[in-house]
Amino acid sequence: MDALLLSLRLALYVSAILLAGGLPLAYWLAYSNWRGKFLLEAVVALPLVLPPTVLGFYVLVAMGPRGPLGKFWQTFFGHGLAFTFAGLVLASVLYSLPFAVQPLIASFESVDRKLLDASAVLGAGRLRTFWRVILPLSIPGIVTALVLSFAHTMGEFGVVLMVGGNLAGVTRTVSIDIYDHVQSLEYAEANRMALVLLAISFAVLSVVYAVNRQVGRQIGRRLWTPWTAK
Amino acid sequence: MDPVDGEISASMLTARAKLARTREGSPPFVLDVSVEVPPGITILFGPSGAGKSTLLDCIAGLARPDEGRIVTGEEVLFDSQAGINYPPQVRRIAYVFQTLALFPHMSAEQNVSYGLNGLPPDERAARVEVILKAFRVDKLRTQKPAEISGGERQRIALARSLVTQPRVLLLDEPLTGLDAELKASIVEDLRAWNAALRIPILYVTHAREEVDALGKRVIAMDNGSVLSTGTPLEVLEAPRHRRLAQAAGFENLLSGTVVDLRVADGVMRVRLEESRCEIEVPLGYAAAGDRVRVAIRAGDILLATSQPHGLSARNVIEGKIVAMEPRGTLVRARVDCGVEFIVHVTPGAVRTLELADGSRVWLVLKTHSCHLVEE
Repeated sequence: MDALLLSLRLALYVSAILLAGGLPLAYWLAYSNWRGKFLLEAVVALPLVLPPTVLGFYVLVAMGPRGPLGKFWQTFFGHGLAFTFAGLVLASVLYSLPFAVQPLIASFESVDRKLLDASAVLGAGRLRTFWRVILPLSIPGIVTALVLSFAHTMGEFGVVLMVGGNLAGVTRTVSIDIYDHVQSLEYAEANRMALVLLAISFAVLSVVYAVNRQVGRQIGRRLWTPWTAK
Repeated sequence: MDPVDGEISASMLTARAKLARTREGSPPFVLDVSVEVPPGITILFGPSGAGKSTLLDCIAGLARPDEGRIVTGEEVLFDSQAGINYPPQVRRIAYVFQTLALFPHMSAEQNVSYGLNGLPPDERAARVEVILKAFRVDKLRTQKPAEISGGERQRIALARSLVTQPRVLLLDEPLTGLDAELKASIVEDLRAWNAALRIPILYVTHAREEVDALGKRVIAMDNGSVLSTGTPLEVLEAPRHRRLAQAAGFENLLSGTVVDLRVADGVMRVRLEESRCEIEVPLGYAAAGDRVRVAIRAGDILLATSQPHGLSARNVIEGKIVAMEPRGTLVRARVDCGVEFIVHVTPGAVRTLELADGSRVWLVLKTHSCHLVEE
């Protein structure tokens, strides 16, 4: 059960960080007119196509004693970043970035521009328009972003293995645990953990659809899930 | 004008704006206008694509003219030379969009009080209360826009804009899709509200009947420029431009050549294109041989089943009905006189005169029902 609790803790941290960082990033990507925007869009989407081992490898190198992140961490906290929980959080944030940012961008972009114009002529600055108009109308997208980053972090394997290794209670997450059990031919144990993960994933997706339906009806807006997106 | 109480006084909006827009796949659009909007309702009339909304966007600060100057009263909102460009948030210009843009997640009351941020809560509530009553939507305060009927949504959008005590009100076809009675009652409430404030209201429309119902003053626009300014009668009864004539509901737009000028009578004769048909029209800036266009309302043409005599009308043209198309309360007859005329007649007249396809008829046109228009 240690592994499950660790995965849950990791997923919670990662979702919270991704929401806090994803909102301004997605706002900028949705509304900026900067010509080089596509470069940042590509960077954000990179984890979608990159093999987790490749991402994990570079994160590991960066976190190593000679990597920039590792050195920085060493100076401030007195120990390295690789094979620690903090390192795992950082790697997972990068890995799940598109799952948080893309639903947010999609829902910000689908807010009628005329509502933003109306807000402006009524005297509201950008921040007030964001809090009072954009954010409440993007609730389905925010729920999707939270749930997807949570679920995606729960289930990740390759990046964890590369960056975190397999330290019980520190970096051994559910998926690593399942892999361990299968390697040791403990199929019953593996099945138990796999079932828990399956149940959680199903519950989480049900929440997404239910909330989208409910909120979508209330605010009269198109629903957004990655599966209905163009 | 009644004397004005309080701090808000009548002040003119003047806007001069030049703006070039290039969009892929369409010819470049250039807005180049100068308008003056006195207190009260001024209609901004023109076909769609004329640049009406772009001008409104420039005044509100949502679009930035390449060059120009926008002033309300003493306040300079935009001046390209002086480098002044206030953002929409501080211009105090209210703008009701065609889509209304009510916030779908807020109640009517929350929508209306949105622009009063920064006021003490009790004053906010008091002002919302007053304006909801004035626009007769105080019973809907807790409803969301989706739960409210079209006309009431329009009332709430007006209330939301006016509650902020703006300097100017811009209305971009806010009443499209409403029936005439509902429209009239909303306009009445708007007029009543503005009776004390006397702010300039710029009301955009491309619907002819709204001009008749609303306006003492019309600014006609097309292709990014102002064609004419004046009373509806001056601007729309004798349109000087082809596209404006079309928009103002002149069904007959005929090309022709000037045959001769009779300056003493104040008329000239025009031969209509590719026909022997000649009509007498009011004298215009033209010489014999010039190509001109003549606009005639379908409703200004009389139709007779035998050749009429002893009329003051100078133009009697023989023709044949080629089609009769019922259009609601009138019938649209197409009459071939060498050129095709469109004539509106009532269903009663059709029965009495036994009009049908192929009937021989005479069209009667007063000289002053024929208007010369430019391209």
